[in-house]
Amino acid sequence: MKISRQEVAHVARLARLSFSEDEMELFTNQLNQILLYMEKLNEIDTQNIKPTYHALELTNVLREDKVGPSLPPERVLSNAPAENKDMFVVPRIIR
Amino acid sequence: MKYEAVIGLEVHAQLLTDSKIFCSCSTQFGAPPNSHVCPVCLGMPGVLPVLNKQVVNFAMKMALATHCRINPFSVFARKNYFYPDLPKGYQISQYEHPLAEDGWVEIEINGGKKRIGIIRIHMEEDAGKLIHDPYKPVSYVDFNRTGVPLIEIVSKPDIRSPEEAVAYLKKLRSILRYLEICDGNMEEGSFRCDANVSVRPLGSEKFGTRTELKNMNSFKHVQRALAYEIERQISVLEEGDVVVQETRLWDEAKGVTRSMRGKEEAHDYRYFPDPDLVPVEIDSEWIEEIRQTLPELPDEKKERFIKEYQLPPYDAEVLTSSKELAHYFEAVVSACHNPKMASNWVMSELLGRLNQDKRDITECPIAPEALGELIQLITKGTISGKIGKTVFEEMYETGASATEIVKKKGLVQITDEGVLREIAQKIIETHPKEAEQYKAGKEKLLGFFVGQMMKETKGKANPQLANKIFKELLKG
Ligand SMILES: [Zn+2]
Repeated sequence: MKISRQEVAHVARLARLSFSEDEMELFTNQLNQILLYMEKLNEIDTQNIKPTYHALELTNVLREDKVGPSLPPERVLSNAPAENKDMFVVPRIIR
Repeated sequence: MKYEAVIGLEVHAQLLTDSKIFCSCSTQFGAPPNSHVCPVCLGMPGVLPVLNKQVVNFAMKMALATHCRINPFSVFARKNYFYPDLPKGYQISQYEHPLAEDGWVEIEINGGKKRIGIIRIHMEEDAGKLIHDPYKPVSYVDFNRTGVPLIEIVSKPDIRSPEEAVAYLKKLRSILRYLEICDGNMEEGSFRCDANVSVRPLGSEKFGTRTELKNMNSFKHVQRALAYEIERQISVLEEGDVVVQETRLWDEAKGVTRSMRGKEEAHDYRYFPDPDLVPVEIDSEWIEEIRQTLPELPDEKKERFIKEYQLPPYDAEVLTSSKELAHYFEAVVSACHNPKMASNWVMSELLGRLNQDKRDITECPIAPEALGELIQLITKGTISGKIGKTVFEEMYETGASATEIVKKKGLVQITDEGVLREIAQKIIETHPKEAEQYKAGKEKLLGFFVGQMMKETKGKANPQLANKIFKELLKG
């Protein structure tokens, strides 16, 4: 086993997902299969290889500190489920 | 048992760039809600953040000013958590490979110096702003602040008291302001601080369990919150209990820290390199280029003030606490050529008066040259130091020059010995009892006579001369 049911439950909770008992069973098995397959990578000797941080070999892609146009508020809020005075309305989290 | 506090501080400083860290939206404070946002800072799918070069320059300045090592290779990472002020579900920050590591700043505490270590400085984006509805269980989100550049400065757990914590914060803030990369406004949140606090028996090497303190919006809050939390942890241990590792919020109104339950799991951030951003490589040439731009920093300026102007360390510390104040002081000195007097007048009269009005040196109604002129009138003996204070007050209120005020109000010091001697004679005649007592050996009464002289001349008599005359006349 590469990942336990508790770990799957923990990750699901961090992602704000909830699953039924059957789904938990199914995903735990599937994640295990995926992780076992990924294990194959450990067969390669990477002793003297620098870790890859990016798929491209580029560095220092930078922009100058210039202000450009932003979006008009009505477009910003056009996908908002609820809005009030140009602000997004969300359920309260704290207290 | 004696306990010792162990404190580490995490400081977030907003950088004074024009545009955000990964998009070209404006960073201007106080704009209408959601008017400075775009698909990048709103975290829309398919957008590509591009790093603002000025953010790297500014962060490097702070790294050099705090003696950090700038890493030749640094990487942005995603810090994953859900909170409504974070539209992407992650914050772009740095984790494994921060911009800079292993520095220090020096603080002055109880007359001695102490170095506080810095673990790391990294670049990241700020989150949006939540406004909680006072009546309904909803919050309102303004994303203008999302993507405003921050540097996070993490100290080593070298701090041992609330006073040291405040001295360290003031030093960091002063350096940031000297560098002109952060305005350091704690109330508006451009300079923020979280603290990790634990206590342990004095002499113990092992760290105790720590709590994380948040919501301290001024130096005073930091001082009070830390003092409270240290006491709280000590009494928990004294009662045989254990300190719980948790996040606690400072409640300034009640003067207590309280537990923020249910946030424990939030510390599982699952960092990984952000595939949208390529690594940053910094060579020695770039570092040198930035080093050339560094101004004289507070510690250097302070040392120079001590040497060049022969000021006591305390005065030099106060006068260099901000670039503007230091500049003001130096302008006064070059106008009056008397550093000691300049320091006294700026430190006591001027700062005291500004403080009364809750004004900053940049809002000072007296130009440094004008204060220098006033000091010259005193050193030349045109007016007495006491009259100088009256003139100062008038200058502060009206903006008139010292010479003008002295002329208009006839405040020129009386240095004519004949005139003063005449007045002294009269005073002695009208106070025969005191004169007898003085002659009988009660020399303390000299002050009384000089005081009478000042009253008579509305403070215009030259005090040294008055002293001399009374001594002569009362010799017996
Ligand atoms: Zn934007």
